[in-house]
Amino acid sequence: METIAMPAINLAVIMPEILLSCIAMVLLLVNVFVPGNNKAYLGYLSIIGLAVTAASVVGGWGPSVSAFNGSVVQDNFATFFKVIFLVSAGLAILIADRYMAQEECNQGELYPLILFSTVGMMLMAAGTDLMVIFLGLELLSICLYVLAGFNRNRLQSNEAGLKYFLLGSFSTGFLLYGMALTYGATGSTKIHAISAFVMGNPGVANNTFFVVGMLLMATGFAFKIAAAPFHMWTPDVYEGAPTPITAFMSAGPKAAGFAAFIRVMIFAFPMLRVEWGNLLWVLAVLTMTVGNIIALSQDNVKRMLAYSSIAHAGYALVGFAAVNAEGAAGILFYMLSYAFMNIGAFAVLVLITKKGESNGNVQDLAGFGHKKPLLALVLSIFLFSLAGMPPTAGFIGKFYLFSAAIKAGYVWLAVIGVLNSAASLYYYLRVMVFMYMKDPSEDFEWAGATPAVAVCLLVAVGATLVLGMVPGTVLELAQKAVQF
Amino acid sequence: MLAIENYLIVSAILFSIGTIGVLTKRNAIVIFMCVEMMLNAVNLTFIAFSRHLGNIDGQVFVFFVMTVAAAEAAVGLALMIAFFKNRESIDVEDINLLKL
Repeated sequence: METIAMPAINLAVIMPEILLSCIAMVLLLVNVFVPGNNKAYLGYLSIIGLAVTAASVVGGWGPSVSAFNGSVVQDNFATFFKVIFLVSAGLAILIADRYMAQEECNQGELYPLILFSTVGMMLMAAGTDLMVIFLGLELLSICLYVLAGFNRNRLQSNEAGLKYFLLGSFSTGFLLYGMALTYGATGSTKIHAISAFVMGNPGVANNTFFVVGMLLMATGFAFKIAAAPFHMWTPDVYEGAPTPITAFMSAGPKAAGFAAFIRVMIFAFPMLRVEWGNLLWVLAVLTMTVGNIIALSQDNVKRMLAYSSIAHAGYALVGFAAVNAEGAAGILFYMLSYAFMNIGAFAVLVLITKKGESNGNVQDLAGFGHKKPLLALVLSIFLFSLAGMPPTAGFIGKFYLFSAAIKAGYVWLAVIGVLNSAASLYYYLRVMVFMYMKDPSEDFEWAGATPAVAVCLLVAVGATLVLGMVPGTVLELAQKAVQF
Repeated sequence: MLAIENYLIVSAILFSIGTIGVLTKRNAIVIFMCVEMMLNAVNLTFIAFSRHLGNIDGQVFVFFVMTVAAAEAAVGLALMIAFFKNRESIDVEDINLLKL
């Protein structure tokens, strides 16, 4: 039995994670002294915390630095993803206070929990050891179980939390079993060591432990990114969870799942590209099609967005199936745009719904375009972007993903993707038809935006349009991020 | 010392029992116990491989898995209590407000 050698400590590499954890813990303490109706201040403090962390993250752009004996790495890939996580956490926090005040469950613990789950996501993106990825994933998941069930007086929220918990921990079991078998087959939990072992012993590709281990790991990750056929939890949890949390869950954790999935699958098993491509091909087609077809028949806007988020995971999987640098860069760009456009759409949804999340059906939107022209315009921009229409970020993202698939020889995959996008137009446009072309059945009144929500909408709209019209710089950064 | 296969077979059987339990049981707490069984089956796999490979990583992993399982238990039971307060049941067939 070997002795444990003390690894070299390089705290600078995990500085953003340390910072954000400390800020979250301080906020938990501050929460005790903030009276019940002023919890919004905690939100502002956490925004400052996220900004400080973001500065520390961006400072790490540049050559890769590995630390803790190869367990954690600070590279451009992780940095790009960390920015996505921080953005989605920030935008979700901006809309949280408005929603929580309306639902009368203004508990300050919400903000530290979001920050802790962001730390988990950052560890998932930065981890190069299965152990670190697992711990990051669990830190993320356990916080999200609580957040999904956060509105504890509302039965739907309880249900969402419990369902997410039971199915999430079930999938964790599979992921872990996959990690254990991979460890057994290759003798290490470090991704670079696994990779080196696979390169040195090509015969391992026929090893039962290794193959089953990889498939189980892929199952666990597919669950986290809500890919069909492991998507069954998504609509229920997204519908039941508080809206700001749904917005957060659909953007941040999904990106984190992709980060870890890409890191493990492409870094650790580079010689199995063809096999991965075929497996992901099927997964991508299933996910896109299932998400879009079921979304067509949804009346509840929140549930419709939940199914659409399944479809969007499918579009990202198209780029993943290509297993080339363009595809990976496409996923990075798409996840960033998706964070802006999707959280933006949910922010408008927060303003539309009334207490108890009533009034959230498409039919209730009749006349919204006349009463609140500006909000309706903003929502239309987000929906156009989600549908992938130019000149928005969604178009550039999809274009890039599909062209990566074509470059890799998957022409049919790209065709199916484009057909799916066309089908998705139906349910996005349906919302707009009700907003602009139907007269309200009753005289509905909609509340205006609070300053925080307005800031969130402004940032989201601005980013959606800027990424759609001048995507050059960000695309370049995404390409640099995937030069492993 | 027994060959490693024996340990792996036991853990695979335990993992399968856990999986079948999750899929067939209706009480949320029993389902959760089955999930715990799956995690412990994984722990057994890790320990067996660690011993077999003479590499300590697997045993370190087990400590983390146990810690995480404890944290999950705390959160999961709290969620069940919240659900029970509103619904007076923890039967998963009563988790039916959101349509599938």
